[in-house]
Amino acid sequence: MKFGVLRFPGSCDDVDALQAASRVGEAELIWHAERDLKGADAIVVPGGFSYGDYLRAGAIARFAPAMESVVEFAREGGLVLGICNGFQVLCEARLLPGALLGNANLRFTSRQVRLEVVRADSAFTCACGAGDDGEDAGTDAGGAGGRRASLSIPAKHAWGRYYAQERTLDELEANGQVLLRYAPGENFNGSLRDIAGVRNERGNVFGMMPHPEHAVDELTGGSRDGLAIFESMRMAVEGAAV
Amino acid sequence: MRARVLIRPKAGILDPQGEAVQRALPALGFAGVSDVRVGRMVELEVEDPAQLEAMCERLLANPLVEEYEITS
Repeated sequence: MKFGVLRFPGSCDDVDALQAASRVGEAELIWHAERDLKGADAIVVPGGFSYGDYLRAGAIARFAPAMESVVEFAREGGLVLGICNGFQVLCEARLLPGALLGNANLRFTSRQVRLEVVRADSAFTCACGAGDDGEDAGTDAGGAGGRRASLSIPAKHAWGRYYAQERTLDELEANGQVLLRYAPGENFNGSLRDIAGVRNERGNVFGMMPHPEHAVDELTGGSRDGLAIFESMRMAVEGAAV
Repeated sequence: MRARVLIRPKAGILDPQGEAVQRALPALGFAGVSDVRVGRMVELEVEDPAQLEAMCERLLANPLVEEYEITS
Protein backbone atom coordinates (compact mmCIF):
# COMPACT_ATOMS: atom_id res chain seq x y z
CA MET A 1 0.00 0.00 0.00
CA LYS A 2 1.41 3.34 -0.98
CA PHE A 3 0.99 6.78 0.60
CA GLY A 4 1.61 9.92 -1.44
CA VAL A 5 2.69 12.85 0.74
CA LEU A 6 2.37 16.30 -0.80
CA ARG A 7 5.06 18.94 -0.37
CA PHE A 8 4.36 22.61 -1.00
CA PRO A 9 6.90 25.40 -0.66
CA GLY A 10 6.70 26.07 3.08
CA SER A 11 5.52 22.61 4.13
CA CYS A 12 7.61 21.29 7.01
CA ASP A 13 5.70 18.34 8.44
CA ASP A 14 5.83 16.45 5.16
CA VAL A 15 9.10 14.94 6.42
CA ASP A 16 7.53 13.35 9.50
CA ALA A 17 4.41 12.43 7.53
CA LEU A 18 6.60 10.55 5.05
CA GLN A 19 8.42 8.90 7.93
CA ALA A 20 5.22 7.90 9.72
CA ALA A 21 3.58 6.58 6.54
CA SER A 22 6.74 4.57 5.80
CA ARG A 23 6.22 2.65 9.03
CA VAL A 24 2.90 1.42 7.68
CA GLY A 25 3.41 1.11 3.91
CA GLU A 26 5.38 2.60 1.09
CA ALA A 27 5.52 6.38 0.95
CA GLU A 28 6.62 8.88 -1.65
CA LEU A 29 6.77 12.67 -1.78
CA ILE A 30 4.74 14.54 -4.38
CA TRP A 31 5.97 18.05 -5.19
CA HIS A 32 3.24 20.70 -5.48
CA ALA A 33 3.91 21.34 -9.16
CA GLU A 34 3.45 17.69 -10.15
CA ARG A 35 0.10 16.37 -11.30
CA ASP A 36 1.14 12.73 -11.12
CA LEU A 37 0.12 11.11 -7.82
CA LYS A 38 2.59 8.27 -8.41
CA GLY A 39 0.06 5.46 -7.99
CA ALA A 40 -0.65 6.40 -4.39
CA ASP A 41 -3.51 4.54 -2.70
CA ALA A 42 -3.90 7.35 -0.18
CA ILE A 43 -2.78 10.96 -0.06
CA VAL A 44 -1.48 12.92 2.92
CA VAL A 45 -1.64 16.71 2.81
CA PRO A 46 0.87 17.62 5.52
CA GLY A 47 1.32 20.31 8.12
CA GLY A 48 3.49 23.39 7.87
CA PHE A 49 3.16 26.79 6.28
CA SER A 50 2.44 26.18 2.59
CA TYR A 51 3.15 29.35 0.62
CA GLY A 52 3.94 31.04 3.91
CA ASP A 53 0.25 30.99 4.94
CA TYR A 54 0.05 34.09 2.74
CA LEU A 55 -3.43 35.61 2.37
CA ARG A 56 -4.97 32.75 4.40
CA ALA A 57 -3.52 29.42 5.44
CA GLY A 58 -4.12 26.97 2.60
CA ALA A 59 -5.70 29.57 0.31
CA ILE A 60 -2.99 29.30 -2.32
CA ALA A 61 -2.09 25.62 -1.89
CA ARG A 62 -5.59 24.59 -2.91
CA PHE A 63 -4.80 25.75 -6.45
CA ALA A 64 -1.51 23.84 -6.79
CA PRO A 65 -1.37 21.35 -9.68
CA ALA A 66 -0.90 18.48 -7.22
CA MET A 67 -4.07 19.55 -5.40
CA GLU A 68 -6.04 19.53 -8.65
CA SER A 69 -5.08 15.88 -8.98
CA VAL A 70 -5.97 15.27 -5.33
CA VAL A 71 -9.43 16.80 -5.83
CA GLU A 72 -10.04 14.41 -8.73
CA PHE A 73 -8.59 11.51 -6.70
CA ALA A 74 -11.00 12.36 -3.85
CA ARG A 75 -13.91 12.61 -6.26
CA GLU A 76 -13.18 9.05 -7.35
CA GLY A 77 -13.19 7.89 -3.73
CA GLY A 78 -9.47 7.95 -2.96
CA LEU A 79 -8.45 8.38 0.69
CA VAL A 80 -7.12 11.82 1.62
CA LEU A 81 -5.77 12.79 5.06
CA GLY A 82 -5.15 16.46 5.81
CA ILE A 83 -3.05 17.30 8.89
CA CYS A 84 -3.03 20.82 10.34
CA ASN A 85 -2.14 23.00 7.31
CA GLY A 86 -3.39 20.07 5.25
CA PHE A 87 -6.76 20.33 7.01
CA GLN A 88 -6.77 24.04 6.15
CA VAL A 89 -5.99 23.25 2.50
CA LEU A 90 -8.80 20.68 2.31
CA CYS A 91 -11.31 23.18 3.76
CA GLU A 92 -10.17 25.87 1.32
CA ALA A 93 -10.48 23.33 -1.50
CA ARG A 94 -14.03 22.59 -0.29
CA LEU A 95 -13.21 18.90 0.10
CA LEU A 96 -14.19 19.32 3.74
CA PRO A 97 -16.88 21.56 5.25
CA GLY A 98 -16.07 24.50 7.48
CA ALA A 99 -12.96 26.58 8.02
CA LEU A 100 -10.08 26.94 10.46
CA LEU A 101 -9.87 30.32 12.15
CA GLY A 102 -7.34 31.93 14.47
CA ASN A 103 -6.97 30.36 17.88
CA ALA A 104 -9.31 31.88 20.42
CA ASN A 105 -6.38 32.15 22.83
CA LEU A 106 -4.51 34.30 20.23
CA ARG A 107 -1.38 32.23 20.70
CA PHE A 108 0.60 29.79 18.64
CA THR A 109 0.27 26.83 20.98
CA SER A 110 2.35 23.69 20.89
CA ARG A 111 1.42 20.98 23.33
CA GLN A 112 0.35 17.40 23.71
CA VAL A 113 -3.42 17.05 23.58
CA ARG A 114 -5.74 14.21 24.44
CA LEU A 115 -8.29 13.44 21.76
CA GLU A 116 -11.42 11.35 22.04
CA VAL A 117 -12.08 8.97 19.19
CA VAL A 118 -15.74 9.72 18.56
CA ARG A 119 -16.13 7.16 15.78
CA ALA A 120 -13.94 4.11 15.18
CA ASP A 121 -15.87 3.01 12.11
CA SER A 122 -14.09 5.16 9.57
CA ALA A 123 -11.19 4.67 7.17
CA PHE A 124 -9.09 6.93 9.42
CA THR A 125 -9.95 5.62 12.89
CA CYS A 126 -10.71 1.92 12.45
CA ALA A 127 -7.35 1.01 14.00
CA CYS A 128 -7.82 3.34 16.96
CA GLY A 129 -8.63 0.51 19.26
CA ALA A 130 -11.01 -0.05 22.08
CA GLY A 131 -11.75 2.07 25.11
CA ASP A 132 -10.20 1.44 28.50
CA ASP A 133 -12.75 -1.14 29.46
CA GLY A 134 -12.21 -3.13 26.29
CA GLU A 135 -15.28 -1.97 24.43
CA ASP A 136 -15.10 -0.63 20.92
CA ALA A 137 -15.01 3.14 20.52
CA GLY A 138 -18.52 2.69 19.27
CA THR A 139 -20.69 4.13 16.61
CA ASP A 140 -22.61 6.75 18.52
CA ALA A 141 -21.65 9.68 20.65
CA GLY A 142 -22.25 9.09 24.30
CA GLY A 143 -24.05 5.81 23.73
CA ALA A 144 -24.54 3.25 26.43
CA GLY A 145 -21.42 1.26 27.06
CA GLY A 146 -17.78 1.91 27.55
CA ARG A 147 -15.49 4.89 27.37
CA ARG A 148 -14.15 5.83 24.01
CA ALA A 149 -10.56 5.32 22.95
CA SER A 150 -8.32 8.33 23.35
CA LEU A 151 -5.21 9.42 21.52
CA SER A 152 -2.32 11.49 22.88
CA ILE A 153 -1.07 13.60 19.98
CA PRO A 154 0.94 16.85 19.74
CA ALA A 155 -0.85 19.90 18.42
CA LYS A 156 1.00 23.00 17.26
CA HIS A 157 -0.80 25.80 15.52
CA ALA A 158 -1.98 29.40 15.71
CA TRP A 159 -4.88 28.99 13.29
CA GLY A 160 -6.80 25.88 14.34
CA ARG A 161 -10.22 26.91 15.61
CA TYR A 162 -12.72 24.80 13.67
CA TYR A 163 -15.75 26.75 12.53
CA ALA A 164 -18.87 25.86 10.58
CA GLN A 165 -22.40 27.23 10.66
CA GLU A 166 -24.68 25.81 13.31
CA ARG A 167 -26.79 23.83 10.87
CA THR A 168 -23.62 22.37 9.31
CA LEU A 169 -22.34 21.35 12.74
CA ASP A 170 -25.67 19.67 13.47
CA GLU A 171 -25.45 17.76 10.19
CA LEU A 172 -21.86 16.72 10.84
CA GLU A 173 -22.78 15.31 14.21
CA ALA A 174 -25.94 13.63 12.98
CA ASN A 175 -24.02 11.98 10.11
CA GLY A 176 -21.20 10.80 12.35
CA GLN A 177 -18.69 12.94 10.49
CA VAL A 178 -16.97 14.18 13.65
CA LEU A 179 -14.29 11.56 14.22
CA LEU A 180 -12.06 13.23 16.82
CA ARG A 181 -12.85 15.65 19.62
CA TYR A 182 -10.57 17.43 22.07
CA ALA A 183 -11.00 15.78 25.47
CA PRO A 184 -12.44 18.05 28.20
CA GLY A 185 -9.98 20.83 28.98
CA GLU A 186 -7.85 20.21 25.91
CA ASN A 187 -9.52 22.57 23.45
CA PHE A 188 -7.08 25.49 23.53
CA ASN A 189 -8.05 26.89 20.14
CA GLY A 190 -11.81 27.28 20.70
CA SER A 191 -12.95 24.83 18.02
CA LEU A 192 -16.72 24.69 17.95
CA ARG A 193 -18.13 21.56 19.63
CA ASP A 194 -14.51 20.65 20.47
CA ILE A 195 -14.08 19.27 16.97
CA ALA A 196 -10.48 18.18 16.32
CA GLY A 197 -11.07 16.07 13.23
CA VAL A 198 -13.88 15.82 10.72
CA ARG A 199 -14.55 13.72 7.62
CA ASN A 200 -16.53 14.45 4.51
CA GLU A 201 -19.95 12.94 3.94
CA ARG A 202 -18.61 10.13 1.78
CA GLY A 203 -15.98 9.21 4.34
CA ASN A 204 -12.88 9.25 2.14
CA VAL A 205 -11.51 12.66 3.10
CA PHE A 206 -10.50 13.54 6.67
CA GLY A 207 -8.87 16.54 8.29
CA MET A 208 -7.42 16.88 11.77
CA MET A 209 -5.50 19.73 13.42
CA PRO A 210 -3.21 17.70 15.75
CA HIS A 211 -0.23 15.88 14.25
CA PRO A 212 -0.41 12.07 14.24
CA GLU A 213 2.84 11.95 12.23
CA HIS A 214 4.66 13.39 15.26
CA ALA A 215 3.29 10.72 17.61
CA VAL A 216 4.81 7.53 16.25
CA ASP A 217 7.51 7.17 18.86
CA GLU A 218 7.18 7.52 22.63
CA LEU A 219 10.51 9.30 23.03
CA THR A 220 9.85 12.07 20.55
CA GLY A 221 6.07 12.17 20.29
CA GLY A 222 4.80 11.38 23.76
CA SER A 223 3.04 8.30 22.43
CA ARG A 224 2.72 6.03 19.40
CA ASP A 225 -0.99 6.83 19.06
CA GLY A 226 -0.50 8.70 15.78
CA LEU A 227 0.43 5.50 13.99
CA ALA A 228 -3.16 4.31 14.41
CA ILE A 229 -4.39 6.93 11.93
CA PHE A 230 -1.98 5.71 9.23
CA GLU A 231 -2.66 2.09 10.17
CA SER A 232 -6.41 2.72 9.78
CA MET A 233 -5.84 4.02 6.26
CA ARG A 234 -3.77 0.96 5.38
CA MET A 235 -6.54 -1.30 6.68
CA ALA A 236 -9.15 0.61 4.72
CA VAL A 237 -7.18 0.43 1.47
CA GLU A 238 -6.27 -3.24 1.88
CA GLY A 239 -9.79 -4.14 3.02
CA ALA A 240 -11.27 -2.50 -0.03
CA ALA A 241 -8.81 -4.29 -2.28
CA VAL A 242 -9.91 -7.70 -1.02
CA MET B 1 -7.71 50.98 -12.50
CA ARG B 2 -6.69 50.79 -8.90
CA ALA B 3 -9.05 48.71 -6.77
CA ARG B 4 -9.11 48.09 -3.08
CA VAL B 5 -10.71 45.11 -1.42
CA LEU B 6 -11.52 45.11 2.29
CA ILE B 7 -11.95 41.71 3.87
CA ARG B 8 -13.29 41.26 7.36
CA PRO B 9 -14.71 38.46 9.53
CA LYS B 10 -18.42 37.93 9.02
CA ALA B 11 -20.68 39.39 11.65
CA GLY B 12 -21.34 36.96 14.42
CA ILE B 13 -18.05 35.13 14.14
CA LEU B 14 -15.73 35.41 17.12
CA ASP B 15 -12.82 37.73 16.27
CA PRO B 16 -10.15 37.37 18.98
CA GLN B 17 -7.90 39.92 17.28
CA GLY B 18 -10.70 42.48 17.33
CA GLU B 19 -11.33 41.72 20.98
CA ALA B 20 -7.65 42.14 21.81
CA VAL B 21 -7.61 45.55 20.12
CA GLN B 22 -10.80 46.50 21.90
CA ARG B 23 -9.16 45.68 25.23
CA ALA B 24 -5.97 47.53 24.38
CA LEU B 25 -7.52 50.88 23.41
CA PRO B 26 -8.95 51.80 26.85
CA ALA B 27 -5.58 50.93 28.37
CA LEU B 28 -4.16 53.70 26.20
CA GLY B 29 -6.81 56.16 27.34
CA PHE B 30 -9.34 55.82 24.52
CA ALA B 31 -12.85 55.34 25.86
CA GLY B 32 -16.13 54.46 24.20
CA VAL B 33 -14.80 51.86 21.75
CA SER B 34 -16.85 48.78 20.96
CA ASP B 35 -17.39 46.13 18.29
CA VAL B 36 -13.86 46.08 16.87
CA ARG B 37 -13.26 43.76 13.90
CA VAL B 38 -9.86 43.24 12.37
CA GLY B 39 -9.54 42.26 8.72
CA ARG B 40 -7.18 42.84 5.85
CA MET B 41 -6.93 44.95 2.77
CA VAL B 42 -5.75 43.98 -0.70
CA GLU B 43 -4.92 46.64 -3.27
CA LEU B 44 -4.60 45.77 -6.93
CA GLU B 45 -4.26 47.30 -10.33
CA VAL B 46 -6.89 45.66 -12.61
CA GLU B 47 -7.74 46.04 -16.28
CA ASP B 48 -11.21 44.56 -15.84
CA PRO B 49 -12.93 45.55 -12.58
CA ALA B 50 -15.80 43.21 -13.41
CA GLN B 51 -13.53 40.33 -12.46
CA LEU B 52 -12.96 41.60 -8.93
CA GLU B 53 -15.95 39.85 -7.44
CA ALA B 54 -14.86 36.49 -8.85
CA MET B 55 -11.36 37.11 -7.51
CA CYS B 56 -12.82 37.71 -4.06
CA GLU B 57 -15.03 34.64 -4.18
CA ARG B 58 -12.24 32.32 -5.33
CA LEU B 59 -9.11 33.58 -3.64
CA LEU B 60 -9.03 36.90 -1.85
CA ALA B 61 -11.69 36.01 0.72
CA ASN B 62 -13.13 32.86 2.21
CA PRO B 63 -16.85 33.53 1.72
CA LEU B 64 -17.79 31.05 4.44
CA VAL B 65 -16.28 33.15 7.18
CA GLU B 66 -15.42 36.51 5.59
CA GLU B 67 -17.26 39.33 3.93
CA TYR B 68 -15.60 41.60 1.42
CA GLU B 69 -16.11 45.09 0.10
CA ILE B 70 -14.71 46.29 -3.21
CA THR B 71 -13.83 49.95 -3.43
CA SER B 72 -11.67 52.04 -5.66
